Amino acid sequence: MKNAIETKNLIKKYDDSFELGPINLKIPQGMIVGLIGENGAGKTTLIKTILSIINATSGEVSLFGHSSLKDLEDIGIVLDDAFFPEILNPKEVNSTMKDIYTSWDSDLFFKYLDDFHIDKNKQIRTFSKGMRKKLEIATALSHHPKLLILDEPTSGLDPVVRDEVLELFLNFLQDEEHTILLSTHITSDLEHVADRIVFIKNGKVALEKDKDELLDNYGILKCDEEFFKKMEPSDILFYKKEKYDIKVLVEDKKRISKKYKESIIDKITLEDLMILMIKGEEKR
Amino acid sequence: MHLIISNNSNVPIYEQIKNAFINQIISGELVEDEPIPSIRNLAQDIKISIMTIKKAYDELEEEGYIVTKQGKGSYVASKNTELVQEKARKDIEKHLNDVIDISLKFKIDKRDILDLFEYLYGSEDKT
Repeated sequence: MKNAIETKNLIKKYDDSFELGPINLKIPQGMIVGLIGENGAGKTTLIKTILSIINATSGEVSLFGHSSLKDLEDIGIVLDDAFFPEILNPKEVNSTMKDIYTSWDSDLFFKYLDDFHIDKNKQIRTFSKGMRKKLEIATALSHHPKLLILDEPTSGLDPVVRDEVLELFLNFLQDEEHTILLSTHITSDLEHVADRIVFIKNGKVALEKDKDELLDNYGILKCDEEFFKKMEPSDILFYKKEKYDIKVLVEDKKRISKKYKESIIDKITLEDLMILMIKGEEKR
Repeated sequence: MHLIISNNSNVPIYEQIKNAFINQIISGELVEDEPIPSIRNLAQDIKISIMTIKKAYDELEEEGYIVTKQGKGSYVASKNTELVQEKARKDIEKHLNDVIDISLKFKIDKRDILDLFEYLYGSEDKT
């Protein structure tokens, strides 16, 4: 399978000493890949560098195997901070987009607007945050892209709409050549639909794994000080001491639960994982 | 066909999907040559990631429950009695291992367990 996105030693340096990278990512076609990480970790910088909105300091990005962004037509984009002029209405957005994209599909666009209950004659400035997001997603999908790159597409949306959006994404993925890269704070969205998780911490890839492998193999072992001291250091990935217990991130929880009889190992969520890897201490 | 997936279960989701198919193939709810949904279709319908479904399908195919014909999708494989027996044997093995674990933990004599087994099996026989 071809890679929709590939980065090689991608680095972006800022004056204020924040540095992204080196990032080496391969995102195969046909998948939903979720970028997670705390605010300021570099998710948006990574997305913008991939899209050449920000120039990389060094390194390479290739999209569909091409070293430069050849064709914007193939990519649907939703960014957190870019938006249409406030005085336009969705109908006018449609006419503008028709001029930009040769593959623009007005019927599809209006169908999405109907599905999302967006009034096509109302000015965007009257829209709520959620409606703006839905309009952006509809726009990104309406020129038949092969790759969707979305920065926080579900933030500001209520659970019902988020569910609709996730369904749209899975519908988009019905074509095996289609790919989605999205960043989000709402990790529960990814637990359902993502195939792969990339966790960005302090500008670097801290973890890149198939979602199933993460959720099925990793666990949180909860114990007291005495138990913790007896644990083999190599079994401890990250740990966090709390007031009444210690939470330990473990890999291969089946093996661990056999090795440490009577241990309590909880299933992990992406949120737990993120918090433990950010707030906890690394052991090995 | 039905698929009931628990997000709180300790059984991985791909395994739940796989087991649901196996159970329905064994019970005859899914019959030989019956087409099953494509990976991507099922992913969308049950809102579960594609790779998860793919893993379930891959294992089902490997174990001979389904066959995939290039460009035509996946079907329930012809019923293989041996396979069904094998699966039952594996299930029994798993339960017996639990029995062994418990008896070791509470130091219950193997003889007692065997007697109990004979007794229960016997009463089952009569009904």
